[in-house]
Amino acid sequence: MENLIALLVAAPLLGAAVLLCGGRALDRAGHWLGTLLAAASFVIAVVLFTDMLGKGAEERTLSQHLFSWIPVEGFQADVAFQLDQLSMTFVLLISGVGTLIHVYSIGYMEHDERRRRFFGYLNLFLAAMLLLVLADNYLLLYVGWEGVGLASYLLIGFWQHKPSAATAAKKAFLVNRVGDVGLSIAIMLMFTTFGTFAFGPVLEATGQTSEGKLTAIGLMLLLAACGKSAQVPLQSWLGDAMEGPTPVSALIHAATMVTAGVYLIVRSGAIFNGAPDAQLVVTIVGAVTLLFGAIVGCAKDDIKKALAGSTMSQIGYMILAAGLGPIGYVFAIMHLVTHGFFKAGLFLGAGSVMHGMNDEVDMRKYGGLRKYMPVTFVTFGLGYLAIIGFPGLSGFFSKDKIIEAAFAKGGTEGWLLGSVALLGAAITAYYMTRVMIMTFFGDKRWQPDADGHAPHPHESPKSMTIPMIVLAFGSVFAGGFFSIGDRFMHWLEPVTRHDHGNSPLSAATVTGATMVVLVIGVALAYVQYGRRPVPVTAPRGSLLTRAARRDLLQDDFNHVVLVRGGEHLTRSLVYVDHSLVDGVVNGTAASMGGLSGRLRKLQNGYARSYAVSMFGGAAVLIAATLLMRAV
Amino acid sequence: MSASAVHSLWTMAADPVDKIGAPKIEYGQLSPTLIVIGAAVVGVLIEAFVPRKSRYYIQLFVSVVALAAAFAAVVGLAARGFGTTKAQIAAMGAIAVDGPALFLQGTILLAGLVAVFTFAERRLDPVAHGNRVDSFVAQAGSVPGSEGEQAATKAGFTTTEVFPLALFAIGGMLVFPAANDLLTLFIALEVFSLPLYLLCALARRKRLMSQEAAVKYFLLGAFASAFTLFGIALLYGYAGSVSYATIANVVEGNVTTVDPALADTMGNDALLLIGVAMVVMGLLFKVGAVPFHMWTPDVYQGAPTPVTGFMAAATKVAAFGALLRLLYVVLPGLRWDWRPVMWGIAIITMLGGAIVAITQTDIKRLLAYSSIAHAGFILAGVIATTPDGVSSVLFYLAAYSFVTIGAFAVVTLVRDAGGEATHLSKWAGLGRRSPLVAAVFAVFLLAFAGIPLTSGFTGKFAVFKAAAEGGAGALVVVGVLSSAIAAFFYVRVIVLMFFSEPKADGPTVAVPSPLTMTAIGVGVAVTLVLGVAPQYFLDLAGQAGVFVR
Repeated sequence: MENLIALLVAAPLLGAAVLLCGGRALDRAGHWLGTLLAAASFVIAVVLFTDMLGKGAEERTLSQHLFSWIPVEGFQADVAFQLDQLSMTFVLLISGVGTLIHVYSIGYMEHDERRRRFFGYLNLFLAAMLLLVLADNYLLLYVGWEGVGLASYLLIGFWQHKPSAATAAKKAFLVNRVGDVGLSIAIMLMFTTFGTFAFGPVLEATGQTSEGKLTAIGLMLLLAACGKSAQVPLQSWLGDAMEGPTPVSALIHAATMVTAGVYLIVRSGAIFNGAPDAQLVVTIVGAVTLLFGAIVGCAKDDIKKALAGSTMSQIGYMILAAGLGPIGYVFAIMHLVTHGFFKAGLFLGAGSVMHGMNDEVDMRKYGGLRKYMPVTFVTFGLGYLAIIGFPGLSGFFSKDKIIEAAFAKGGTEGWLLGSVALLGAAITAYYMTRVMIMTFFGDKRWQPDADGHAPHPHESPKSMTIPMIVLAFGSVFAGGFFSIGDRFMHWLEPVTRHDHGNSPLSAATVTGATMVVLVIGVALAYVQYGRRPVPVTAPRGSLLTRAARRDLLQDDFNHVVLVRGGEHLTRSLVYVDHSLVDGVVNGTAASMGGLSGRLRKLQNGYARSYAVSMFGGAAVLIAATLLMRAV
Repeated sequence: MSASAVHSLWTMAADPVDKIGAPKIEYGQLSPTLIVIGAAVVGVLIEAFVPRKSRYYIQLFVSVVALAAAFAAVVGLAARGFGTTKAQIAAMGAIAVDGPALFLQGTILLAGLVAVFTFAERRLDPVAHGNRVDSFVAQAGSVPGSEGEQAATKAGFTTTEVFPLALFAIGGMLVFPAANDLLTLFIALEVFSLPLYLLCALARRKRLMSQEAAVKYFLLGAFASAFTLFGIALLYGYAGSVSYATIANVVEGNVTTVDPALADTMGNDALLLIGVAMVVMGLLFKVGAVPFHMWTPDVYQGAPTPVTGFMAAATKVAAFGALLRLLYVVLPGLRWDWRPVMWGIAIITMLGGAIVAITQTDIKRLLAYSSIAHAGFILAGVIATTPDGVSSVLFYLAAYSFVTIGAFAVVTLVRDAGGEATHLSKWAGLGRRSPLVAAVFAVFLLAFAGIPLTSGFTGKFAVFKAAAEGGAGALVVVGVLSSAIAAFFYVRVIVLMFFSEPKADGPTVAVPSPLTMTAIGVGVAVTLVLGVAPQYFLDLAGQAGVFVR
């Protein structure tokens, strides 16, 4: 059975290779091939999953050793896979949602002449992401990590003819590099500390390692997670990444890749458990990001950017939960899975709306679409209810647990984190209601596009609506299915361990509080957007609104601190390079040239001079030999 | 002395007082040398008896077969363990059959074989009077530019003597690193030097330059030989023997018998030190170490390019082999005396070669100075005085010789109306016109510069590693600095070829016959194989690194 693991990665990788190297001959069938291989991966995942369910909880881990990658004495790296419950969860999510999005893309990208290439990139992404979650050591994980970074870059910039898309791809790539440096430093630290990068030995050895070293490794891992999962301070790329085609936003920038940071932290739980300081920083990053993303989400008029802010905020919840340690690991992953369903569904819904509205993204130019796009409306609506935590739907169970766990952390920390999480829930309800109302309710504020075509909203084709329906089922039922009888907790516990903590508040109190803030958030949004007409041009807004529209000045901050600072630094370095380094180098070169020219004159072409040189040389040689003895 | 006394001396000599036994010769173990020398003699006979028209083909055939057979014999000997467990001294103590000897002989034979291919190239020069011509003059005796020369060309004469001459030279080179006594060493030196002097004089184009080079080479070579011979005499005076083993014993103080005639001089260290210095000087002349290098640029430039390639590769291999054996077998007891001196020589050789090469404008002279710098790098390995030092030098020599022959073979391809266009300015933009040839030459240059993934890097790394482990860290620092200087002029040529505009009246690249293509192809293949997957050959050199005594 373990021999199937490699096939999980191999199927989409083969697809990527064939589609990207195959040339135009595959243009007509390429998308089918890509979808088929993604589905094959999902089928294998299901087979492995059923097999896993048949085994006892502690015997479910499978491993497969493919080959020795770098067999150097004292530096052993293998290409080997490990499939445990945590990896299995991710594999099912990635290949399942991935397959649905492949299907959706068939319709969405129908008119794009580079569709084959698009599917090649999607397959490449699946392969890299599966490699990331299946690797049994950090070095191989790093390969997958970089692979998803590459695929993300290629897909954000897929419409490279748009300068904004090319810039966004570059921005995502550069910001991610910062995080990647963190991961590579973490791996180096691991090697010097533990002498290996395999998960098993590293995580077992954490007990005998000093807290300082674990904290250093943990912080570097957190830096990596911040880059990939768009957490403060490396969050700035995610909003711009919405320049990519909408399926990409759904698959990579909502459901899977951006959760890689959560995976990394949960996978490295043993390291963080031994480093409370690093854990504290993780929770702070999560808490700050969840407010940051939520505030940004409130101010955006671009439907995808509003959802991107929401993604950032929801991942903030997960990171927060992961930072809580064994109290939160299970809930981080559970929220990750439910979020994978409803956020992918919301993005696909947004894509469907755009599809029907001449690719308009400004919600101020939507309105009243519920009659024209009933399927989209219903599926999007269910996703909406799930994300705000409407009782009984997926988000209700997973988010509620995280808020509970935050309070269960105990002490001032627990109160603070819990309150932030609660506040975040209120804001989530507000901005999602805003999106819902502006898009599907109210007056039609439709505007003709740049070419003067008035929009004729219509429901999207089946290939697009079916994935949305499937995801809507997940949005509705996944949370309840996981939570009833603590199924998910028992499933994941052998890997992540679980600790109930001591909550100062009862579960019912927390749930009640969550319901209250939910109602407040929805009501506020309804008052502001449902009761009054929505202006087509955005009002000037308060200072906070204006700042939030500019992503809370993240780019201005980066520009002033990093870009300007970097420019000054490089300018001074260039000066030093020109004056000092080049001076020395050029001076040496010039003096060598001069020396060469002078020595060259010794070679005057006369045999007699040569003989004299030899004679002199021999004399010196003899004298020196004799002298050595004398000394 | 009276007449009767003289007569009695004659008769006494004639009397069979002590019967002198026939020397015991291990023909099998000496077969590589014997095959080559035998083929050379056959080559002379071919010159005498075979009609002019068919000499070229027969000579080429005999040479190639002889070299291949001799190489097979070397491989056979190595396979039977003569390189390792059965290493021994053959021919009454005159010739060693051991790992370094067999490794170097194999290298010389392969390099010689490839060089013979370039000797036989007849498609580069335009056809003269309906006859295909090679790089060699029609008739060596004709005065340059005379009517006699033209007549000889018209008559379709070719100097097919180059093949037996090359075989003689190779024969001498095979003995040189294996010589186990000083007289054999000297004879081998002369056996390979004299044919080389002649070969240098035989260029078809630029004959005056070629003859000048030959005369200079001969004069300076004779001068160096005289030093060597005098050093040998002094060493004989010191040890009472020319045999390496005996001298080594005396150096280490294990004297068993003292020849009464030499009682005054034996064990006199002054004789030893001066003698060693003079013999070593003769060898340093052959490897082209500073300050005995001054012949190198002139001779490399003047000699016919195939001969230059052959000389640069094979001579260096043979001479370094002899130097290694002398220093490791005869003089290990004296290493605290010679090591500091060799340090100095290695440093000025590396730096001198690299620095003077910077301002060269002729590609052949540039390569000559490059070969001087490389001699310095190899000396660094010699100085290590460890088994690793020996094997690293062996590997370096093998790697270097194929790069060199290949590089000079490429030089023969770039031609204009006056023959080879060796001035660097004419190579500008070569990469645009003939990307393949320029790329191949770039590979060789990168190997010379010691860039990873080429044999040059592996060799240099091995040599420097051995030197550093042998306690010569400072030498390695100088070596790396010189490599940096050297990289400048190698890369400059690459830049010139690929990033300069081609000149309107630039040279053309001739399409060679399969012979030269083979030589260049082998060069590239060896360069890349030894650069990418060198382990097998490093192991081979490692096994071959032990001298028999």
